[in-house]
Amino acid sequence: MLDVFLTILNRDLKLAYRRWSEFANPLLFFVIVTSLFPLALSPGQALLQTIGTGVLWVGALLSSLLALEGLFRGDFDDGSMEQILLSPAPFGIVVIAKIAAHWVVSGIPLIVLVPVVALSFQLPTEALATLAAALLLATPTLSVLSAIGAALTVSLKSGGSIIGLLVLPLCSPMLIFGTRATDLAANGEPVAAPLYLLAALAVFAVSLGPLAVAAALRVGLE
Amino acid sequence: MSDEHAGLVADRLGVSRGGRLLIDGLSFELEAGQAALITGPNGSGKTSLLRVLAGLAPPAAGSVTWAATEVRRLAPESRAEIAYRGHLNGLKKDLTVRENLEFHRSLNCSEAPIEELAGTLGLAAVAGQRLRYLSAGQRRRAGLATLKLGAARLWLLDEPLTNLDIAGRRLVAQWIDEHLDTGGMAAIASHQPDQLAGGGSLSIEL
Amino acid sequence: MKLPRWFHRFGSPPWVYGLAGALGPWIGGIAIVLIAAGTFGGLVLAPPDYLQGDSFRIIYIHVPSAYVSMMAYVILAVAAAIGFIWRLKLAHAAAVSIAPIGASFTFLALATGAIWGKPTWGTFWQWTDPRIMFELLLLFLYLGYMALRAAFEDRDKADRVSAILGVVGVVNVPIIHYSVIWWNSLHQGPTISRLDGPTITTDMLVPLLVMILGFTFFFFWLLLSRLQGEIVEREQATRWLRELVEESPG
Repeated sequence: MLDVFLTILNRDLKLAYRRWSEFANPLLFFVIVTSLFPLALSPGQALLQTIGTGVLWVGALLSSLLALEGLFRGDFDDGSMEQILLSPAPFGIVVIAKIAAHWVVSGIPLIVLVPVVALSFQLPTEALATLAAALLLATPTLSVLSAIGAALTVSLKSGGSIIGLLVLPLCSPMLIFGTRATDLAANGEPVAAPLYLLAALAVFAVSLGPLAVAAALRVGLE
Repeated sequence: MSDEHAGLVADRLGVSRGGRLLIDGLSFELEAGQAALITGPNGSGKTSLLRVLAGLAPPAAGSVTWAATEVRRLAPESRAEIAYRGHLNGLKKDLTVRENLEFHRSLNCSEAPIEELAGTLGLAAVAGQRLRYLSAGQRRRAGLATLKLGAARLWLLDEPLTNLDIAGRRLVAQWIDEHLDTGGMAAIASHQPDQLAGGGSLSIEL
Repeated sequence: MKLPRWFHRFGSPPWVYGLAGALGPWIGGIAIVLIAAGTFGGLVLAPPDYLQGDSFRIIYIHVPSAYVSMMAYVILAVAAAIGFIWRLKLAHAAAVSIAPIGASFTFLALATGAIWGKPTWGTFWQWTDPRIMFELLLLFLYLGYMALRAAFEDRDKADRVSAILGVVGVVNVPIIHYSVIWWNSLHQGPTISRLDGPTITTDMLVPLLVMILGFTFFFFWLLLSRLQGEIVEREQATRWLRELVEESPG
């Protein structure tokens, strides 16, 4: 089982490395979107500081939508997915490995990048560690929800426009807890509650989500 | 009787595509050393039939069993006894030929020697190149090479000769013969059934 | 897992079509009586609220719609799950029929909430109200489900894929619900909590419960008639339907 997990993870990371621009684009998008907000608002640090947390989290959420369609699309279009499904490898493990690979290439960069951009929104430095921790707990959930959206639409020719519609409402609890943790940290208040809730969401998503993804991929391949 | 059957049994099989019934009431059995050649005009449901036989899609009616178990409910080890190669090669364009074959080898828990296989297929010189830079025929060869990486007893092949040159076709035909001679089974959809010499102990016309 | 024998009749389109046709008028009749009684009770018998005056009376539509909108999503998901697990086409048909009804009730809950908001908060839309937020997210879930279905040409695939989304959605509904409440509980700023508190009296509550029951029957009435339409669409090519059409006069 671990063999299968590592084989898939290794392959997906290698492929991501060779097509790195696909995963760099969403990060660039995140930086651009967050820098558009100050332009769109009347100049003033106070306002930016107030809405900064929300801008960062929503920006991260939207940017993650960009890399999401390719999660299963490539394997679906070149026939790899059907070969993997028909192979003796346990499909659930394959799905988990693919989600893990997606998290490594799209989640981890966000954990690093968002706190850096947060500095420009005058987020107090004490809050940065909490922000990174919240992202560390939120991005696995995000990857699982993305995988559900990508799997549901994998057999559609143009699933891109619809995925956001499916995934974003499901992301709302994560967004609520993530922003709350960041705000509390910025005000120097205890942040344990939202972080625990984020962790609970992550455990829940990671344990049950792959079942839905595997089911959706099977239907998609029919 | 079919409870004891060790091979592939299609029983009053119905196959549909997009809600339209293409094949109805198809029954046949495949035993060790037998091949079924599936012929028919475009759109007659050859690919859909193979996908149902492979267990990728559910039958619209009837059942497909492998060693008396429904193909969609096979345990992983029996699953490995069936290989399906469709129109798509199932290879990644951004991996080299060698990496692709290595991936399929570990997916199928096999130990087959890859360099030798690449040599047989005339791919030795390009084994280190990404698939992206290979011709359609070379990709097809690499895709078919993965057949040799598993230990499948039943080969389900969809137009295996597409894009192959004469030498390639001859090689594939030879592989199929060897496979049948050693007790394997095959169901092959093809527009050029006469090129798959020796095959066709069973003919299914759609 | 085996289904009980009696359940198999629900797999027969003519039987379900006939059942829906037979039950429909009764359920519709009960719905009309209950809603009429509840409306009379709510608008005439119930006293005005000491704080909100007569404007509170919109709860007799707002609360039942919100209730039905949530119930409908749960029933949708259960029907979809049954359809997915046992490959029961009629269960899928029921799930499909529910989606637009549920979305309409959700919209009604949002609209009445907004109308209520004007005299209460002085604004039609209050982003900080958790109930409104939740209904909005629920509406998005319904719209996502419908959009996903519409994107598929193959009905069988649409059934099975959207069923997965329905189940994922219903697992998330309580999470979204409680996270929105949690979100609101920490928000500063004035929010008038409308239904809570000791202000609700029995003569206000009874019509409300009658309305909730009436709306529930109304929902099932709509569902049965939509289900009949859905069955006709799915069974176009079958003999029983042709015979049914030929039998009917005109």
